Amino acid sequence: MSRTQQILVPFAAILAFLGLWEIIVWVNGWPNYKMASPSDLGPAFWKYRAMFLEMGWQTLWRTVAGLALAVAFGTFLGMLMGFSALARAALYPLLVGFNAIPKATLVPVIALLFIGQHDFNTVLMAFLISFFPIAVSVGIGLSTLEPEYRDILRALGASRLTIFRKIALPKTLPEFFGALKVSVTLAFIGTNLVEIVSPHGRGLGALFKSGETNGDYPLMFGVLIALAFLGIVLYYGVVVLERVFAGWAERPQH
Amino acid sequence: MTNLIEIRGVTHAYRTKTGPLQVLDDLTISVPEGEFCAVVGPSGCGKSTLTRLVAGLMKPDTGAVWLHGERVTSPRKTVGMAFQNPVMLEWRTILENVMLPLEIVAPRMPRADREARALHLLEMVGLMGFEGKRPSQLSGGMRQRASLCRAIVHKPDVLIMDEPFGALDAFTREDLWQTMRDLRAAEPFTCVLITHDLRESVFLGDQVIVLSGRPARLQYVLNVDLPADRSIDVLFTPEATDMLHLLRDQIRIAQGREAH
Repeated sequence: MSRTQQILVPFAAILAFLGLWEIIVWVNGWPNYKMASPSDLGPAFWKYRAMFLEMGWQTLWRTVAGLALAVAFGTFLGMLMGFSALARAALYPLLVGFNAIPKATLVPVIALLFIGQHDFNTVLMAFLISFFPIAVSVGIGLSTLEPEYRDILRALGASRLTIFRKIALPKTLPEFFGALKVSVTLAFIGTNLVEIVSPHGRGLGALFKSGETNGDYPLMFGVLIALAFLGIVLYYGVVVLERVFAGWAERPQH
Repeated sequence: MTNLIEIRGVTHAYRTKTGPLQVLDDLTISVPEGEFCAVVGPSGCGKSTLTRLVAGLMKPDTGAVWLHGERVTSPRKTVGMAFQNPVMLEWRTILENVMLPLEIVAPRMPRADREARALHLLEMVGLMGFEGKRPSQLSGGMRQRASLCRAIVHKPDVLIMDEPFGALDAFTREDLWQTMRDLRAAEPFTCVLITHDLRESVFLGDQVIVLSGRPARLQYVLNVDLPADRSIDVLFTPEATDMLHLLRDQIRIAQGREAH
């Protein structure tokens, strides 16, 4: 695919999707209060532009903060599980069990624990929902490192830290970024869960809630599109980081 | 002449679910300084364990390995290793891969000197012009050449190789034998080569050691009385053919079958 194609094709696909949406709403003759159509979204965005910017920023920074925590903690857990079979045996059931809990059930628990700490609660939820894939992939990446990779440095008397820094860490980067792509979208879900469910919330989730309360369907759909947009931005942010730090893992296509 | 590598009375067993699995039994081998020692034996007889013991990556249950008259209890910087898997770090260029041991062994060495040393070796193995490439852009044989450079870049006393040419096709393998011969002529190191290929052991070795089936005991030592600057053609001489037959018979005995 040529460079222009790489840019044009995704845009064409998005336009086609919006067109299809518009047609379905038009054919069915759905009014605004049943299903908004893309042509309603422009005016909604314009009308609430200040809100979108403010709330969008709130959602964005909380998501990124939660994600940063998830990266730090997930990498730490992954290192524990990757280097120690004991830690792996102890942590895996706990982690899987925790991950299986629908995070919506944790919202009231967190809200009660930290009453009124809205920013903190939101960041915490984004973190809780997104560290699991990172921990698992880093753990697997480290524990499946072929012994020869360790031996070429260990035979020279290199310390465990040196082996980790020079070999294990860079070798795990492709798996890490794969997990980070999953975590990015998960963190978004976590942020919005709290923003929607908790009263007097802020962020795009709260804007969605207020749209629902006022029966403003174009606003609600506008929020969904804004969320999708932010998700795409963050996702491709990770892709750029991946290119920079793990671009070597991408084999040239023949 | 002193023996650089002394393996004395080494016995080793692995703990497994079904009880201890003894792999080495009272093994004693000496390799004089500068010599090339090829080790052959039935598969699974404990040859790789032997390399890990010499490298100091493991300690034997009883007996000991001595390098330069010093007992080996942990890894040492004067050892180089190469495996069947070239173990190239995909995120580094070929040059950076070759320089890796210097970062551990000689961290103060100026980068220009490291590069010069690595480039010199790459040139010797015929990889000049490929130093900036990634390992994934090279063929298996070229990666293995780079791996050999990395194993000796820090001028080790001892080079330990565990079937380094095992995964290559026959012609590439013969090319690499000659590369190995040339490296040896240029760089003074004592070498232990684990191999399954009897022709390889005769072409490269000064002595060929035949290990018995598990647990491995010293079964036979063959002194290869061929000129140091051998060409592949030497393998077709009657002397070499006799040696190959003799080794073949020894392997049969090691496998528990009758010799011819």
